[in-house]
Amino acid sequence: MTTKPEMTAAEIASAVAGRRMSALDATEAALARIKQHDTVLNSFTDVTADRARAKARAIDADLAAGKSVGPLAGVPFAVKNLFDVAGLATRAGSKINRDRAPAKRDATLIERMEAAGAVLVGALNMGEYAYDFTGENVHDGPSRNPHDTTRMSGGSSGGSGSAVGGALVPIALGSDTNGSIRVPSSFCGIFGLKPTYGRLSRARSFPFVASLDHLGPFARSATDLALAYDAMQGPDADDAACTTRGLEPTTPLLANPVSDLRIAIAGGYFQQNVFPEAVEAISRVAKALGATRVVDVPEAARARAAAYVISTTEGASLHLDRLRKRPNDFDPAVRDRLIAGAMVPAPLVDRAQKFRRWYRAQLAEIFKSVDVLLAPATPCTAPKLGQVNFNLDGVELPVRANIGIHTQPISFIGLPVVAVPVPLEPLPIGVQIICAPWREDIALRVAYALEKMGVVAAPSPKGF
Amino acid sequence: MAEPLDDYIDAVAKALALPVEEAWRPSIRANLEVSLRLGRMVDEFALPDETEPAPVFTV
Repeated sequence: MTTKPEMTAAEIASAVAGRRMSALDATEAALARIKQHDTVLNSFTDVTADRARAKARAIDADLAAGKSVGPLAGVPFAVKNLFDVAGLATRAGSKINRDRAPAKRDATLIERMEAAGAVLVGALNMGEYAYDFTGENVHDGPSRNPHDTTRMSGGSSGGSGSAVGGALVPIALGSDTNGSIRVPSSFCGIFGLKPTYGRLSRARSFPFVASLDHLGPFARSATDLALAYDAMQGPDADDAACTTRGLEPTTPLLANPVSDLRIAIAGGYFQQNVFPEAVEAISRVAKALGATRVVDVPEAARARAAAYVISTTEGASLHLDRLRKRPNDFDPAVRDRLIAGAMVPAPLVDRAQKFRRWYRAQLAEIFKSVDVLLAPATPCTAPKLGQVNFNLDGVELPVRANIGIHTQPISFIGLPVVAVPVPLEPLPIGVQIICAPWREDIALRVAYALEKMGVVAAPSPKGF
Repeated sequence: MAEPLDDYIDAVAKALALPVEEAWRPSIRANLEVSLRLGRMVDEFALPDETEPAPVFTV
């Protein structure tokens, strides 16, 4: 059986488990696509071909011996290069970290994906130290948008967005502190899950902002997103923030009806500073779901401000010694943001953390009468690489500062979100499906329903 | 002419032993101005004295 470029993870796993395709064939096909297209997309920084082939052969041997294989058997996947991969220095998009010793052990989430039968094929480009919304990187070059390679992939998990959007792999993992899974999902036209804060282990990944860091999957379908999420759940003593809640599988619930859900559109702040394409995307999703109620999220602008303050100060604290010793080895833009972050007075950070608790209580109140909130994932489709400003209603606004304005107030309090791709022409754009804590199942269910209705889909890459 | 934040930048840089080359100063100042503006926005919001910070989100 030959592999098609856009086979989903579920299709690959089914074909491998049914012995209609070998895990090695699935792996070789992904490696060939990477070789053919990544010279343009620049989404990979490391291709772990030998490791991948060895893992694939082991799966095929298990199948030949009649052993059971996991739900992701033979599925190629890749990870943002802030995940530890045994044998590689965890560069986290930086020049400095390349001097670190190679990781001795894989990140927990890689171990769990491989325990489910998935095959790691490499590590992915990202914005330096995850302090980025563009997918650009001064050391490795930008990862490029698979629908128009002159445009941004989105950041900071840019390589993850580019690789999945470009159908090089069906699943990638990334991180999201302020929007770094949801922004590349939106720009690259794919599905992305930022789970509840603490739901997926961050063990053996390079941090950015401990208060706000999340890890999660990207995929080309809601089913694949759920399969990856389910494979990665579970407590982990190696991450202090990881929940001790038991596994809550979402895949069996995907096809449940959504007609009983109370779905509302986030109003006020979330309807401001948006381009027509973001308005159109929300409108299509809301119409399909029959959502007409608009709910104002109080103080969302202040929540974004508080997330900004916490990010810049915790990020500065993390990198303080590197800023002293190797300031010229940073991307200058990242260095200057971090040095400024080190200079923010401590009381403002404390107040931001206190405001966070107040704001969380407001959202908890909203979720008493609402199951799902819809909001834009980004205010616009992918800007041009290097673009500095965009013009909105006659006002020039800086691109970098505004890409994440709709994602930051949500991750600030750790709510689970699935970013779903609305396949507008000429470029796709994402919508956030936001739920109460630990209700990833509802967000994934809505994403699945929208996909079945044909309202959301990962478009075929056409930029290369 | 020195900008209003320059003395502050120099003092904190010295206190934290952070390098600030003159060429970087305009960018650091611009970033700090944004952070302080957003910090003021948080500061202006009245919270009860008993409010606990939320360094880790829990349910």
